[in-house]
Amino acid sequence: MTESPADGVTDASTDPESGASSSDPSPAGWGDGDAVLEIDGLQKQFGGITAVDGVSFDVEQGSITGLIGPNGAGKSTTFDLVTGFTRADAGSVRFDGRDVTGLRPHQIAQAGLVRTFQITREFPDMTVLENLMTAPPDQRGESLARSVLPGTRRGVIEQERELVDTVWETLDLFEIDHLAEEYARSLSGGQRKLLELARAFLTEPELLLLDEPMAGVNPTLEEKLLDRIHDLRAEGYTFLLVEHDMDLIMEHCDRVVVMHQGAVLAEGEPEEIRDNERVIEAYLGGNV
Amino acid sequence: MTDESGDVGEDGAGPREQDSRGPLSDMRTTVREYTDRITEWMGERSRWKADALVVLSALVLVYALITLLAYGQGLDMNGIVNTLVRLTFLMAAYGLLVLALNLHWGYAGLFNIGVAGFMSVAVFTLAFVSGGQGVGLGYPIWVGMIAGMVAAAALGLLAALPALRLRADYFAIVTLGIAEIVRFTVKSDWVDDHRVLGREVGLGAGSSIQVPSAQEYVFKLFTEDGTSRADPTFVGAQLFELGSWFGIDRPTVMSAGYALLLVVAVLLAYVLLSRIAYSPFGRVLKAIREDEGAAQALGKPTSRIKIYSFVLGCALMGLGGMLWQASRFTVAADAFMPIVTFYIFVALIVGGSGSNAGSIVGGIAFVGLLLQGPRMLPRVINEQWESVPEGTNTIYEAVTALGGADIMPLIGYSIANIDLLQRLFVGVVLILLMLYRPDGLLGHRKEVAAATDLSRPEGETDD
Repeated sequence: MTESPADGVTDASTDPESGASSSDPSPAGWGDGDAVLEIDGLQKQFGGITAVDGVSFDVEQGSITGLIGPNGAGKSTTFDLVTGFTRADAGSVRFDGRDVTGLRPHQIAQAGLVRTFQITREFPDMTVLENLMTAPPDQRGESLARSVLPGTRRGVIEQERELVDTVWETLDLFEIDHLAEEYARSLSGGQRKLLELARAFLTEPELLLLDEPMAGVNPTLEEKLLDRIHDLRAEGYTFLLVEHDMDLIMEHCDRVVVMHQGAVLAEGEPEEIRDNERVIEAYLGGNV
Repeated sequence: MTDESGDVGEDGAGPREQDSRGPLSDMRTTVREYTDRITEWMGERSRWKADALVVLSALVLVYALITLLAYGQGLDMNGIVNTLVRLTFLMAAYGLLVLALNLHWGYAGLFNIGVAGFMSVAVFTLAFVSGGQGVGLGYPIWVGMIAGMVAAAALGLLAALPALRLRADYFAIVTLGIAEIVRFTVKSDWVDDHRVLGREVGLGAGSSIQVPSAQEYVFKLFTEDGTSRADPTFVGAQLFELGSWFGIDRPTVMSAGYALLLVVAVLLAYVLLSRIAYSPFGRVLKAIREDEGAAQALGKPTSRIKIYSFVLGCALMGLGGMLWQASRFTVAADAFMPIVTFYIFVALIVGGSGSNAGSIVGGIAFVGLLLQGPRMLPRVINEQWESVPEGTNTIYEAVTALGGADIMPLIGYSIANIDLLQRLFVGVVLILLMLYRPDGLLGHRKEVAAATDLSRPEGETDD
């Protein structure tokens, strides 16, 4: 399935109407058609329920791709499958041309495919600073011996000082610097979203998978978060986000994937999706 | 990035002001204010100095109380010092074990309720490797102690490989199970009393066996053959002389020497664990405790890090077990009942899990105030009171006598059954702690896990 051109609509949606508008050129800044993430035929059953039933789509390098669908469409399960938190029954995930199917979550994160969670999972009994200091990759002091032995500890402290600089820059960037010394458990819902995003960002990811990053975030903050995402995209980061807010998706995504009942229903640019009858039907609760 | 400097404030006091009720809350705020003030006064950099002050404060308080009780018992100088030495020994033993458990439970969130099992394996490995007659291989004691720690670590690894995949509560059951398996294995006929070709090769630990102890070696620093009657060595002669000025006899001086060895062990363990606590490794441990999945999502190999910390903690538990139990010269398998683990856990909770200084304070407070202090009370009462009230046979009779406004039978009963009541007392204290002070004396996991100061780097306040 990966052969579909960047402007096309995949075979999952054979709706003639969406094909009509597919002649639009790619929006500016949206990559050269290189798929950084290739998802092919993912399948997952829980007991007798098929949560994800042969999901396939690509995420283009440098894009903001939206993953939408009604409740229970399998979006979050797809996230779990892609990031290794749930093992797929079938199908494959390729990231940066490398097969990451079946890798453990931390291996996938180390490869540059980093996620956030629908319900934020900050470290509540750690300060915001500690939360962020945990995130950067390749920390020398994460080796037990190097942290403990006298000779090597100096190098650990040195790197820690560099990380403190980076972390404070990030705190400023996400405008949570005034919360630095607070325990994460005392933050508001929106602040936790920011913290989690900042933390994910500090892992130096290539592709960020954000599961409902705007849920429970007030409009002002949401605006800021979206600005941040656009800035980061301009710097070359790629985003895949699950979101329920249709307006938000239509306005900010380069490309939209619609899931319904565990499968991809449609895929294309926002305008195409907006007019797609099958999508409208799915959202209004009708069955195809 | 240092555009708006200045307000990186001290006002991080927000999250812990929730419940200000109950009789213990005053004490809680007092202790917390005290420790906060010490930390503030010392500054962020000298964390260990603040720790030392807190630990010393606790030590002075407990020493004062126990001295008072010992004096109340009518003990002379030697008796009082001996009591304090014995107390110090126990506090250090608990301190070491609580520190190790804090690495598991306080840091990594690993609910290990099989501490006694890891102690036991080390002690009996020591008996096997360094033991003299019978089955002992007769190696020097330091070989035996290293072997003991390795054995405890190996058992930890064996338990960790499958069990760390389990959820916290199932993991706890596995550790408890392992501890009991070890105990019953040592007690089993096959291990206890086994003959090959008519030769006894059983360990004999079902009843009790002799265990070589580091204590002998410390004692040999004082006298020629390690007994108090033998000729003193040069060092011993000086110290005995010093002791005699204060009326302290030889055995007490020698015991103090061994207690000192344990104190040194606690200090070394503290240094090691503090380094872990203030490092990225410790930070990941905390992250695992808080939310393992989230830590994995950040690319942290949580399984490996959990195994390292678990195995290291088990080795330290083995060391603690050997230094403590082996000093009794004979040890039986039943010295490692689950109650041992339970007491260590109580001590950790008293001090505040997640804090290394808190672990040591917990050991001190538990041994002094919950374990030894109450046991001394009856003798104080016997000594001070001319006519000790007659106790009743059951607590029921004692309590019903209260109906007639007669409190004496209850007091009498309490004195006669202090060992039982002391356990009850531990339980009550535990419940009160859980209700009013779940974070322990030094609670709220305040030790910020980083190898350097995390405040905004502006004026380059170098570390």
